[in-house]
Amino acid sequence: MMRALKSFGAFWYDFVIGDDWQVAAIVVVALAVTALLVHAAGVNAWWLLPLAAFAALAWSLHRATAGKS
Amino acid sequence: MTALPLVLTVFVACAVEAIEALTIVLAAGLTREWRSTFQGLAAALLVLAAIVAVLGPTITLLPLTALRLVVGALLAIFGLQWLRKAILRAAGYKALHDEASAYLREVAAAKAAPEVRRRGVSDWYAFTLSFKGVLLEGLEVVFIVITFGANQHNIGAAVIGAAAAVVVVTVTGIVVRAPLSRVPENALKFAVGIMLTSFGTFWGAEGAGVRWPGSDAALLVLVPVVAAVSLGYAAWLRRAHRISAVAGRSEPRTAWSETEGVTG
Repeated sequence: MMRALKSFGAFWYDFVIGDDWQVAAIVVVALAVTALLVHAAGVNAWWLLPLAAFAALAWSLHRATAGKS
Repeated sequence: MTALPLVLTVFVACAVEAIEALTIVLAAGLTREWRSTFQGLAAALLVLAAIVAVLGPTITLLPLTALRLVVGALLAIFGLQWLRKAILRAAGYKALHDEASAYLREVAAAKAAPEVRRRGVSDWYAFTLSFKGVLLEGLEVVFIVITFGANQHNIGAAVIGAAAAVVVVTVTGIVVRAPLSRVPENALKFAVGIMLTSFGTFWGAEGAGVRWPGSDAALLVLVPVVAAVSLGYAAWLRRAHRISAVAGRSEPRTAWSETEGVTG
Protein backbone atom coordinates (compact mmCIF):
# COMPACT_ATOMS: atom_id res chain seq x y z
CA MET A 1 0.00 0.00 0.00
CA MET A 2 2.78 2.44 1.01
CA ARG A 3 4.75 1.46 -2.09
CA ALA A 4 1.77 2.17 -4.31
CA LEU A 5 1.22 5.55 -2.63
CA LYS A 6 4.91 6.40 -2.98
CA SER A 7 4.98 5.53 -6.68
CA PHE A 8 1.71 7.45 -7.21
CA GLY A 9 3.26 10.51 -5.53
CA ALA A 10 6.51 10.09 -7.46
CA PHE A 11 4.60 9.92 -10.73
CA TRP A 12 2.71 13.17 -10.08
CA TYR A 13 5.86 14.88 -8.79
CA ASP A 14 7.67 13.94 -11.98
CA PHE A 15 4.65 14.88 -14.12
CA VAL A 16 4.12 18.35 -12.62
CA ILE A 17 7.50 19.39 -11.18
CA GLY A 18 9.79 17.51 -13.58
CA ASP A 19 13.57 17.52 -13.65
CA ASP A 20 14.19 20.73 -11.72
CA TRP A 21 12.04 21.61 -8.70
CA GLN A 22 13.70 25.02 -8.44
CA VAL A 23 11.96 26.16 -11.64
CA ALA A 24 8.59 25.34 -10.08
CA ALA A 25 9.59 27.07 -6.83
CA ILE A 26 10.66 30.25 -8.66
CA VAL A 27 7.36 30.36 -10.62
CA VAL A 28 5.27 29.90 -7.45
CA VAL A 29 7.24 32.53 -5.50
CA ALA A 30 7.04 34.98 -8.42
CA LEU A 31 3.27 34.52 -8.59
CA ALA A 32 2.96 35.12 -4.84
CA VAL A 33 5.10 38.28 -5.04
CA THR A 34 3.07 39.48 -8.07
CA ALA A 35 -0.18 39.02 -6.12
CA LEU A 36 1.32 40.89 -3.14
CA LEU A 37 2.52 43.78 -5.31
CA VAL A 38 -0.87 44.05 -7.04
CA HIS A 39 -3.14 43.70 -4.02
CA ALA A 40 -1.01 45.14 -1.17
CA ALA A 41 1.11 47.78 -2.93
CA GLY A 42 -1.14 48.64 -5.86
CA VAL A 43 1.64 47.94 -8.40
CA ASN A 44 0.50 46.40 -11.69
CA ALA A 45 3.52 44.05 -11.81
CA TRP A 46 2.79 42.40 -15.19
CA TRP A 47 6.52 42.27 -15.93
CA LEU A 48 7.52 40.20 -12.89
CA LEU A 49 6.37 36.72 -13.93
CA PRO A 50 7.94 36.80 -17.44
CA LEU A 51 11.24 38.02 -15.94
CA ALA A 52 11.08 35.31 -13.27
CA ALA A 53 10.37 32.66 -15.94
CA PHE A 54 13.38 33.76 -18.01
CA ALA A 55 15.58 33.83 -14.90
CA ALA A 56 14.35 30.38 -13.80
CA LEU A 57 15.08 28.93 -17.24
CA ALA A 58 18.56 30.49 -17.37
CA TRP A 59 19.34 29.26 -13.84
CA SER A 60 18.11 25.76 -14.61
CA LEU A 61 20.09 25.59 -17.88
CA HIS A 62 23.19 26.86 -16.13
CA ARG A 63 22.89 24.18 -13.43
CA ALA A 64 22.23 21.45 -16.03
CA THR A 65 25.27 22.35 -18.13
CA ALA A 66 27.86 23.65 -15.65
CA GLY A 67 31.01 21.55 -16.12
CA LYS A 68 29.26 19.14 -18.44
CA SER A 69 30.48 20.10 -21.91
CA MET B 1 -8.25 34.53 -28.00
CA THR B 2 -10.31 33.09 -30.85
CA ALA B 3 -10.83 29.37 -31.29
CA LEU B 4 -8.25 28.92 -34.08
CA PRO B 5 -5.06 29.66 -32.06
CA LEU B 6 -6.47 27.47 -29.26
CA VAL B 7 -7.13 24.58 -31.68
CA LEU B 8 -3.71 24.95 -33.34
CA THR B 9 -1.79 25.15 -30.03
CA VAL B 10 -3.55 22.08 -28.64
CA PHE B 11 -3.12 20.27 -31.99
CA VAL B 12 0.68 20.70 -32.05
CA ALA B 13 1.11 19.88 -28.35
CA CYS B 14 -1.05 16.75 -28.62
CA ALA B 15 0.58 15.64 -31.90
CA VAL B 16 3.95 15.39 -30.11
CA GLU B 17 2.43 13.20 -27.38
CA ALA B 18 0.51 11.10 -29.93
CA ILE B 19 3.73 10.41 -31.88
CA GLU B 20 5.40 9.08 -28.72
CA ALA B 21 2.37 6.93 -27.86
CA LEU B 22 2.25 5.59 -31.44
CA THR B 23 5.89 4.48 -31.19
CA ILE B 24 5.10 2.39 -28.10
CA VAL B 25 1.87 0.92 -29.51
CA LEU B 26 3.63 -0.04 -32.76
CA ALA B 27 6.48 -1.67 -30.83
CA ALA B 28 3.99 -3.71 -28.77
CA GLY B 29 1.69 -4.61 -31.68
CA LEU B 30 4.24 -5.49 -34.35
CA THR B 31 6.58 -7.36 -31.99
CA ARG B 32 4.12 -9.12 -29.68
CA GLU B 33 0.46 -9.36 -30.71
CA TRP B 34 -2.17 -6.83 -31.73
CA ARG B 35 -5.13 -8.13 -29.70
CA SER B 36 -3.49 -7.56 -26.30
CA THR B 37 -1.99 -4.29 -27.55
CA PHE B 38 -5.45 -2.98 -28.52
CA GLN B 39 -6.86 -4.16 -25.19
CA GLY B 40 -4.17 -2.10 -23.41
CA LEU B 41 -4.88 0.86 -25.67
CA ALA B 42 -8.64 0.64 -25.02
CA ALA B 43 -8.13 0.33 -21.24
CA ALA B 44 -5.89 3.43 -21.22
CA LEU B 45 -8.42 5.40 -23.29
CA LEU B 46 -11.17 4.41 -20.82
CA VAL B 47 -9.09 5.66 -17.86
CA LEU B 48 -8.30 8.90 -19.71
CA ALA B 49 -11.98 9.40 -20.59
CA ALA B 50 -12.91 8.92 -16.91
CA ILE B 51 -10.30 11.50 -15.86
CA VAL B 52 -11.66 14.02 -18.40
CA ALA B 53 -15.24 13.28 -17.30
CA VAL B 54 -14.37 13.96 -13.65
CA LEU B 55 -11.83 16.79 -14.00
CA GLY B 56 -13.37 18.65 -16.95
CA PRO B 57 -16.66 19.73 -15.33
CA THR B 58 -15.00 20.16 -11.89
CA ILE B 59 -12.32 22.53 -13.11
CA THR B 60 -14.81 24.73 -14.97
CA LEU B 61 -16.70 25.26 -11.69
CA LEU B 62 -13.71 27.13 -10.21
CA PRO B 63 -13.85 30.95 -10.25
CA LEU B 64 -11.97 32.26 -13.30
CA THR B 65 -9.33 34.11 -11.24
CA ALA B 66 -8.45 31.04 -9.16
CA LEU B 67 -8.52 28.86 -12.28
CA ARG B 68 -6.11 31.17 -14.12
CA LEU B 69 -3.76 31.38 -11.13
CA VAL B 70 -3.53 27.59 -10.65
CA VAL B 71 -3.64 26.62 -14.31
CA GLY B 72 -1.26 29.44 -15.28
CA ALA B 73 1.28 28.29 -12.68
CA LEU B 74 1.02 24.66 -13.83
CA LEU B 75 1.29 25.58 -17.52
CA ALA B 76 4.27 27.87 -16.91
CA ILE B 77 6.08 25.14 -14.93
CA PHE B 78 5.17 22.55 -17.56
CA GLY B 79 6.22 24.84 -20.43
CA LEU B 80 9.55 25.73 -18.81
CA GLN B 81 10.27 21.98 -18.41
CA TRP B 82 9.63 21.44 -22.12
CA LEU B 83 11.73 24.45 -23.07
CA ARG B 84 14.58 23.34 -20.79
CA LYS B 85 14.75 19.92 -22.45
CA ALA B 86 14.33 21.32 -25.98
CA ILE B 87 17.10 23.90 -25.42
CA LEU B 88 19.47 21.28 -23.95
CA ARG B 89 18.79 19.08 -26.99
CA ALA B 90 19.17 21.93 -29.48
CA ALA B 91 22.49 22.92 -27.85
CA GLY B 92 23.83 19.38 -27.96
CA TYR B 93 23.80 18.69 -24.22
CA LYS B 94 21.13 16.02 -24.58
CA ALA B 95 20.69 13.62 -27.48
CA LEU B 96 17.81 14.52 -29.81
CA HIS B 97 14.74 12.40 -29.10
CA ASP B 98 14.83 9.86 -31.88
CA GLU B 99 11.59 7.88 -32.44
CA ALA B 100 13.43 5.29 -34.58
CA SER B 101 15.91 4.44 -31.79
CA ALA B 102 13.17 4.64 -29.13
CA TYR B 103 11.19 2.14 -31.25
CA LEU B 104 14.19 -0.20 -31.54
CA ARG B 105 14.73 -0.12 -27.76
CA GLU B 106 11.05 -0.97 -27.13
CA VAL B 107 11.16 -3.76 -29.74
CA ALA B 108 14.29 -5.30 -28.18
CA ALA B 109 12.69 -5.24 -24.72
CA ALA B 110 9.42 -6.65 -26.10
CA LYS B 111 11.19 -9.53 -27.86
CA ALA B 112 13.07 -10.47 -24.69
CA ALA B 113 10.00 -10.51 -22.41
CA PRO B 114 8.23 -13.87 -21.82
CA GLU B 115 4.60 -14.36 -22.95
CA VAL B 116 2.35 -14.51 -19.88
CA ARG B 117 -1.46 -14.87 -19.88
CA ARG B 118 -3.19 -12.94 -17.09
CA ARG B 119 -6.70 -11.65 -16.30
CA GLY B 120 -8.11 -12.75 -19.66
CA VAL B 121 -5.33 -11.02 -21.61
CA SER B 122 -3.32 -13.40 -23.79
CA ASP B 123 -0.10 -11.34 -23.70
CA TRP B 124 0.23 -9.33 -20.49
CA TYR B 125 3.48 -7.65 -21.60
CA ALA B 126 1.91 -6.22 -24.78
CA PHE B 127 -1.14 -5.11 -22.78
CA THR B 128 0.84 -3.27 -20.07
CA LEU B 129 3.32 -1.75 -22.54
CA SER B 130 0.48 -0.33 -24.63
CA PHE B 131 -1.59 0.68 -21.56
CA LYS B 132 1.27 2.54 -19.82
CA GLY B 133 2.47 4.25 -22.99
CA VAL B 134 -0.95 5.54 -23.99
CA LEU B 135 -1.91 6.48 -20.42
CA LEU B 136 1.29 8.45 -19.72
CA GLU B 137 1.32 10.33 -23.02
CA GLY B 138 -2.47 10.69 -22.86
CA LEU B 139 -2.31 12.33 -19.43
CA GLU B 140 -0.28 15.16 -20.93
CA VAL B 141 -2.90 15.51 -23.69
CA VAL B 142 -5.66 15.60 -21.06
CA PHE B 143 -3.77 18.19 -19.02
CA ILE B 144 -3.31 20.45 -22.07
CA VAL B 145 -6.93 20.05 -23.24
CA ILE B 146 -8.43 20.77 -19.84
CA THR B 147 -6.16 23.70 -18.93
CA PHE B 148 -6.37 25.46 -22.30
CA GLY B 149 -10.04 24.63 -22.81
CA ALA B 150 -11.16 25.66 -19.32
CA ASN B 151 -9.22 28.91 -19.40
CA GLN B 152 -10.79 29.91 -22.69
CA HIS B 153 -14.22 28.52 -21.71
CA ASN B 154 -13.97 26.43 -24.85
CA ILE B 155 -13.17 22.83 -23.96
CA GLY B 156 -14.91 21.79 -27.20
CA ALA B 157 -12.33 23.60 -29.36
CA ALA B 158 -9.46 22.12 -27.31
CA VAL B 159 -10.95 18.62 -27.71
CA ILE B 160 -11.22 19.19 -31.49
CA GLY B 161 -7.51 20.16 -31.62
CA ALA B 162 -6.48 17.12 -29.58
CA ALA B 163 -8.73 14.69 -31.48
CA ALA B 164 -7.46 16.01 -34.83
CA ALA B 165 -3.86 15.48 -33.69
CA VAL B 166 -4.55 11.92 -32.54
CA VAL B 167 -6.41 11.09 -35.79
CA VAL B 168 -3.70 12.59 -38.05
CA VAL B 169 -0.89 10.79 -36.18
CA THR B 170 -2.83 7.48 -36.03
CA VAL B 171 -3.74 7.52 -39.74
CA THR B 172 -0.16 8.41 -40.68
CA GLY B 173 1.10 5.60 -38.44
CA ILE B 174 -1.30 3.10 -40.05
CA VAL B 175 -0.20 4.20 -43.53
CA VAL B 176 3.55 4.02 -42.92
CA ARG B 177 3.40 1.22 -40.29
CA ALA B 178 6.54 2.64 -38.66
CA PRO B 179 7.45 5.23 -36.02
CA LEU B 180 7.22 8.79 -37.30
CA SER B 181 10.97 9.44 -37.11
CA ARG B 182 11.01 12.14 -39.79
CA VAL B 183 8.88 14.50 -37.74
CA PRO B 184 11.11 17.31 -36.37
CA GLU B 185 10.13 16.43 -32.81
CA ASN B 186 12.54 18.73 -30.99
CA ALA B 187 11.41 21.73 -33.05
CA LEU B 188 7.77 20.86 -32.24
CA LYS B 189 8.60 20.50 -28.54
CA PHE B 190 10.42 23.83 -28.64
CA ALA B 191 7.32 25.47 -30.16
CA VAL B 192 5.00 23.82 -27.63
CA GLY B 193 7.28 24.86 -24.74
CA ILE B 194 7.12 28.46 -25.98
CA MET B 195 3.31 28.39 -26.20
CA LEU B 196 2.81 26.70 -22.80
CA THR B 197 5.23 29.10 -21.09
CA SER B 198 3.66 32.17 -22.75
CA PHE B 199 0.06 31.21 -21.98
CA GLY B 200 0.97 30.02 -18.49
CA THR B 201 2.74 33.29 -17.72
CA PHE B 202 -0.14 35.31 -19.16
CA TRP B 203 -2.91 33.47 -17.31
CA GLY B 204 -0.92 33.04 -14.10
CA ALA B 205 -0.20 36.77 -13.85
CA GLU B 206 -3.85 37.56 -14.64
CA GLY B 207 -4.89 35.17 -11.87
CA ALA B 208 -2.55 37.03 -9.49
CA GLY B 209 -4.44 40.24 -10.29
CA VAL B 210 -2.31 41.78 -13.06
CA ARG B 211 -3.89 43.78 -15.88
CA TRP B 212 -1.76 43.18 -18.99
CA PRO B 213 -1.00 46.24 -21.12
CA GLY B 214 -3.17 45.82 -24.25
CA SER B 215 -5.20 43.04 -22.58
CA ASP B 216 -5.23 39.83 -24.72
CA ALA B 217 -3.06 41.56 -27.36
CA ALA B 218 -0.16 41.30 -24.87
CA LEU B 219 0.10 37.64 -25.94
CA LEU B 220 1.11 38.82 -29.41
CA VAL B 221 4.20 40.34 -27.77
CA LEU B 222 4.74 37.74 -25.06
CA VAL B 223 4.93 34.72 -27.41
CA PRO B 224 7.67 36.23 -29.68
CA VAL B 225 9.61 37.48 -26.65
CA VAL B 226 9.56 34.01 -25.02
CA ALA B 227 10.61 32.53 -28.39
CA ALA B 228 13.44 35.04 -28.83
CA VAL B 229 14.78 34.54 -25.30
CA SER B 230 14.62 30.74 -25.63
CA LEU B 231 16.34 30.74 -29.02
CA GLY B 232 18.94 33.11 -27.56
CA TYR B 233 19.62 30.69 -24.68
CA ALA B 234 19.89 27.79 -27.16
CA ALA B 235 22.35 29.72 -29.37
CA TRP B 236 24.41 30.79 -26.35
CA LEU B 237 24.59 27.22 -24.97
CA ARG B 238 25.37 25.74 -28.40
CA ARG B 239 28.29 28.14 -28.75
CA ALA B 240 29.53 27.40 -25.22
CA HIS B 241 29.20 23.66 -25.86
CA ARG B 242 31.15 23.90 -29.12
CA ILE B 243 33.93 25.98 -27.56
CA SER B 244 34.37 23.66 -24.59
CA ALA B 245 34.17 20.58 -26.85
CA VAL B 246 37.04 21.95 -28.97
CA ALA B 247 39.02 22.87 -25.85
CA GLY B 248 38.41 19.50 -24.22
CA ARG B 249 39.09 17.25 -27.19
CA SER B 250 42.39 16.11 -25.73
CA GLU B 251 40.82 15.53 -22.29
CA PRO B 252 39.07 12.29 -21.27
CA ARG B 253 35.25 12.24 -21.58
CA THR B 254 33.27 13.10 -18.46
CA ALA B 255 31.07 10.54 -16.78
CA TRP B 256 28.07 12.74 -17.62
CA SER B 257 28.69 12.70 -21.35
CA GLU B 258 28.57 8.93 -21.30
CA THR B 259 25.38 8.59 -19.28
CA GLU B 260 23.01 11.54 -18.79
CA GLY B 261 23.90 13.12 -22.10
CA VAL B 262 22.42 10.34 -24.15
CA THR B 263 19.14 9.89 -22.33
CA GLY B 264 15.82 11.04 -23.75
